[in-house]
Amino acid sequence: MSAVTTTVPEGTAHPYALSHLDSLESEAVHILREVAGEFERPVILFSGGKDSIVMLHLALKAFAPAPVPFSLLHVDTGHNFPEVLEYRDRTVKKHGLRLHVASVQEYIDAGKLRERPDGTRNPLQTVPLTEAIQHHRFDAVFGGGRRDEEKARAKERVFSLRDEFSQWDPRRQRPELWQLYNGRHAPGEHVRVFPISNWTELDVWQYIEREGIELPEIYFAHEREVFNRNGMWLTAGHWGGPKEHEAVETRLVRYRTVGDMSCTGAVDSDATTLDSVITEIAASRLTERGATRADDKMSEAAMEDRKREGYF
Amino acid sequence: MTTTAEQLSTTTLLRFATAGSVDDGKSTLVGRLLHDSKSVLTDQLEAVELASLNRGQQAPDLALLTDGLRAEREQGITIDVAYRYFATARRRFILADTPGHVQYTRNMVTGASTAELAVVLVDARNGVVEQTRRHAAVAALLRVPHVVLAVNKMDLVAYAEPVFAAIAEEFTAYAASLGVPEITAIPISALAGDNVVEPSAHMDWYGGPTVLEHLETVPVSHDLTACHARFPVQYVIRPQSAEHPDYRGYAGQIAAGVFRVGEAVSVLPSGRTTTITGIDALGESVDIAWAPQSVTLRLADDIDISRGDLIAPADDAPAVTRDVEATVCHVADEPLSVGQRVLLKHTTRTVKAIVKDIPSRLTLDDLSQHPAPGRLVANDIGRVVVRTAEPLALDAYEDSRRTGSFLLIDPADGTTLSAGMAGAAFAAVAEAVTAADDDAWDF
Repeated sequence: MSAVTTTVPEGTAHPYALSHLDSLESEAVHILREVAGEFERPVILFSGGKDSIVMLHLALKAFAPAPVPFSLLHVDTGHNFPEVLEYRDRTVKKHGLRLHVASVQEYIDAGKLRERPDGTRNPLQTVPLTEAIQHHRFDAVFGGGRRDEEKARAKERVFSLRDEFSQWDPRRQRPELWQLYNGRHAPGEHVRVFPISNWTELDVWQYIEREGIELPEIYFAHEREVFNRNGMWLTAGHWGGPKEHEAVETRLVRYRTVGDMSCTGAVDSDATTLDSVITEIAASRLTERGATRADDKMSEAAMEDRKREGYF
Repeated sequence: MTTTAEQLSTTTLLRFATAGSVDDGKSTLVGRLLHDSKSVLTDQLEAVELASLNRGQQAPDLALLTDGLRAEREQGITIDVAYRYFATARRRFILADTPGHVQYTRNMVTGASTAELAVVLVDARNGVVEQTRRHAAVAALLRVPHVVLAVNKMDLVAYAEPVFAAIAEEFTAYAASLGVPEITAIPISALAGDNVVEPSAHMDWYGGPTVLEHLETVPVSHDLTACHARFPVQYVIRPQSAEHPDYRGYAGQIAAGVFRVGEAVSVLPSGRTTTITGIDALGESVDIAWAPQSVTLRLADDIDISRGDLIAPADDAPAVTRDVEATVCHVADEPLSVGQRVLLKHTTRTVKAIVKDIPSRLTLDDLSQHPAPGRLVANDIGRVVVRTAEPLALDAYEDSRRTGSFLLIDPADGTTLSAGMAGAAFAAVAEAVTAADDDAWDF
């Protein structure tokens, strides 16, 4: 390595230069293949959101022309967007994948979970998720989390060891050196793996455009019946909104993230194409979570606290 | 706006690490890079303002931007390496933000292991201190290709050129003696913003780049044709489907160099030779591929190859050995002792191993080697001799960061014990262990 640095000026077409998207893609594929090589029962957490869609796309490329050697797991809050569920099922069918669903609604119906007074179901996902991991004995669970999303996530390793209660202990993380990922774990423990840790929201969108990846329609501007709660545009629907004093109006909006309808807000937008979405993101002065996620605003350490309990 | 999208997709990626001790202004520098490159968004800034206000602080505390954990905010310290992302029109950056407190060595080793550039901060009032030498030594040890010396707090020394020149000269001489290939010294004030993103109005005697300008223009591509080509096999792809009944591909990320269709290759450790008949670059068939691309190689002969094997050019394959000499940085709280049984993870291969000897421990302050310490504790850097249960195709770390590095792992609980760099050399410092000690090694 020492004597081989060249002085190729920036901007010239170095024959061996990789674009930043190619570097990130290559790194993510390497991580996916490491897990396939070292774990017995990996699973991809798939929500139908753009990050998990990109992750699945990377997995399809990583093992082609063979099928993806992982099954999918979706934690269904019961308040998912219908367009996203439709996308999920279509994708699973198209690629001949196996889908496991952990249902928050079933837990509520069985009396194992109680609805929260604020109506949001995002925090309720942790128990069905961790029990599904234990039930199926998954030893590696891929998540589409990115370190740029949130300051607690900035601290998370690519390979994140979870104990038998699926808990994350940020003070006992393994140092991650070079590209040597240490996935060793005891029976009952598992490793959360984040292949797109180093991507930003903009990288994800640019990659979607470059690869021509199809997304659920809610990511693009469309007319929608929404109402305002705590400064966010929430979709009116059977999940329990709006309340009496909250007025429904039709607005031109799109979603930057996909999650539980009770806590995922839409943004005003007229971006109907990938190009215009990328332009909008590049100019935005808000992070995607700051703009559209109510659950992260609950406290300064909301994300860290949920992650400690077993959330992604 | 298409131009911007085009610009964005052709940018390159630079991974770099920062090193600095507690009071020399690293947080301020990182904060200013993020802030002045407009990478701090309104809601993040608002959250910091609110949190600062809740603590009774008048001005927003930018350290809260980067201290992500509850314990870090409560104690006002940075516990662990964090990775941050920012971009300019010219380049994307991944910054390994390494904390400067007592656990410095393992944290900086972690950050530097993937970095192509390290920024070492110095307080202009104090000059090169013990901590500076330690940072330079770690950068040299990890073979970080570019080092930036940021002489900070120039505002507190009246922006005086002689102060900067003396520090830059001392540091450059020291770092060069360690084998750091490229050193760039920049006088800055992170607090006032001099030469971080904008050129300083106070130092017209300085004609070089600002920190950001340098980060944007430093070359990240290496002349890979000069590197020994190495391909650790990660995973064997065999669809066995109607469409692909005979497909057998060896998936992996090229660790170094270039591979071409038609090239004769050896498979290690077995030593069998064959020819590359095809390269699939994530769905596209190509004639040539290079590091760090993730690809799939197809070979002429149906020989036995599995995860952990290494493919290399037939005329440029590494030697295979079971006796590993290396420099390690011990990263675990539990010590590493002579006689200890460990696992050694090298590229895609994990093997049983035993620590045969710890010939010396390095004192980073003066780079002196202390013989036969018996064990290494957290943050120690030392020489080790390890005997492995199976042969490894190992390069010297100075030739290849990727195929010369390894981990030592505790087989009982999976803890990562040490970060290893194979080979006889520590940076450019001559081996301090004498030949007499070599004879005593018990293989």
